Amino acid sequence: MTLSYPLQSLAAHPARLSPAYKSTVKRSPTKPLIPMRHTLSELTGPVYGHEAVRENDNDLTLQGKGEPLGERIIVHGHVLDEDGRGVPNTLVELWQANACGRYIHVVDQHPAPLDPNFTGAGRTQSDSEGYYRFVTVKPGAYPWGNHHNAWRPAHIHFSVFGHSFISRLVTQMYFPGDPLFPFDPIFNSVTDEKARNRMVSDFDLENTKPNWALCYRFNIVLRGRNATPMETK
Amino acid sequence: MSKAHSKPEGVTPSQTVGPFFAYGLTSNGQYDWNDAFSNNLVTADTSGERIRVEGRVFDGDGQPIPDCMLEIWQADAQGRFSDPQDKRALPNSSFKGFGRCATDANGGYAFDTIKPGIVPDPDGKPQAPHILLAIFARGMLLHSYTRIYFSGEAGNAADPVLALVPADRRATLIAQPAHCNGNAVYRLDIHMQGDNETVFFDV
Repeated sequence: MTLSYPLQSLAAHPARLSPAYKSTVKRSPTKPLIPMRHTLSELTGPVYGHEAVRENDNDLTLQGKGEPLGERIIVHGHVLDEDGRGVPNTLVELWQANACGRYIHVVDQHPAPLDPNFTGAGRTQSDSEGYYRFVTVKPGAYPWGNHHNAWRPAHIHFSVFGHSFISRLVTQMYFPGDPLFPFDPIFNSVTDEKARNRMVSDFDLENTKPNWALCYRFNIVLRGRNATPMETK
Repeated sequence: MSKAHSKPEGVTPSQTVGPFFAYGLTSNGQYDWNDAFSNNLVTADTSGERIRVEGRVFDGDGQPIPDCMLEIWQADAQGRFSDPQDKRALPNSSFKGFGRCATDANGGYAFDTIKPGIVPDPDGKPQAPHILLAIFARGMLLHSYTRIYFSGEAGNAADPVLALVPADRRATLIAQPAHCNGNAVYRLDIHMQGDNETVFFDV
C-alpha cells in the first residue's frame, strides 16, 4: 500500500506565526514555504522496533524507587491515519510535568516541588493494531511568562512518528473541562474548534480500574491517506 | 495494516515541543533516562563517506536558539532508505538514516553520519545527495521542514527540488565544506528569519 499525504490535512494545524504566543514572532518563517512534490525522501521514514523501548518505559509510576505522588492515571488510545486505519508498531514518546506542575528540566524554575520518584518521560510502541497505553500521574497546571498571570492547562506532550518523515507529529494532550482553556494561546493557536477538541482526551470510565486509577483516552490521528493502487515506477 | 475504523474528522493538530523536551527526547546523559536516538547515525557496518554536518540555529533577531530539536532523515550511501516502503533493495547495513539532536547554549548542532547517495524523484530523475531536516522548538507550533544539500556536488545543478527554489535563496540549503582534524565537516546554519532566511518546504 502506498500512502499519500495531501496538503489539505495540514489545515488543522496552528499557524506557525500565532502572535498571542509571543515566542512564535521571532521563530516562524516569514517567507512563503516552497511547494514541492513528495519524493521517496519524504514518503519514507524511520522504522524502529522493540529495541527502542525498555520494560516499564510506558509506566511512569514504576521508574523511581517508590511511587510518585499525585493522581495515578491510565492514558491510552489509538494511533490512526486519516482514513481510520491503525498505525501499528510506531514509536510513541511522551513527557510531562509532575503532579505539582514542575518539570525536572534544569531550566524549569517554577517554585513547585520536584518528585524524586518521577521523571515524567515515557515511551512505548503501538501494538499490531495501533493501540498504545501509558500509566502515569496527572500533571499539574503551571505558570509561564507569556503574559500576566499566564498558566498552561494541564497537558502531556506526545511525539509520534507514523509512516513517513512527513507524518511526524508533536502535540499536547489536554484533559477535559480544563478551566484554563479559554486563556491559553498555545491551545487556542488551533483556531478550528473541532480540531482543537481533538487535542482533548476523553474521560474513559469503562477502562478506569476500580480502586486504582482513572483512565483517559487520547486517539492520535496522523497524516496519510490510501493512494490509488497505482505504482509509479 | 489493520482494519479501517470510523473515519476521523481530521489529523490531530500539532503543538509546540516547548522548552522542556530534553529530558524525554534528547537526554544525552544529562537526565536519568535513556535516549532512543542520538546525533550519531554511523554504525560499525555503515559504508560510505563519513561526514559531520554541523551549524547553528538563529531566530529573527539573529540570536541563537538554544532550545531547538533537530531531526534528520536520509538515505544510505547507495541512496536506499531503511524503510520497507522503499520498494527497492533495503540497506545491507544497520544504518537507520534517522538522527536527533538538541541545540546547545550557542544554538549549535552536529550530526555524525555518511553522505547520502542519489535518490530518484517521482519521475525517476536523480536528486542530488540531500538530507531532510525537521526543526522543532519552543515558539514553533508546527515543525518546519528543509533540506541539506552539499556544496560541490555535480548533481546540484540539475536537482529538481533545488530548481524550485529562487536562485538567490539556494545557498541557504547548501552546506559548505570545512575540514576539521582530517574529518569531512559540512557547515550549514539555519536562519528562521532575516536576510538569509532558510528556505522551508511546504510538504
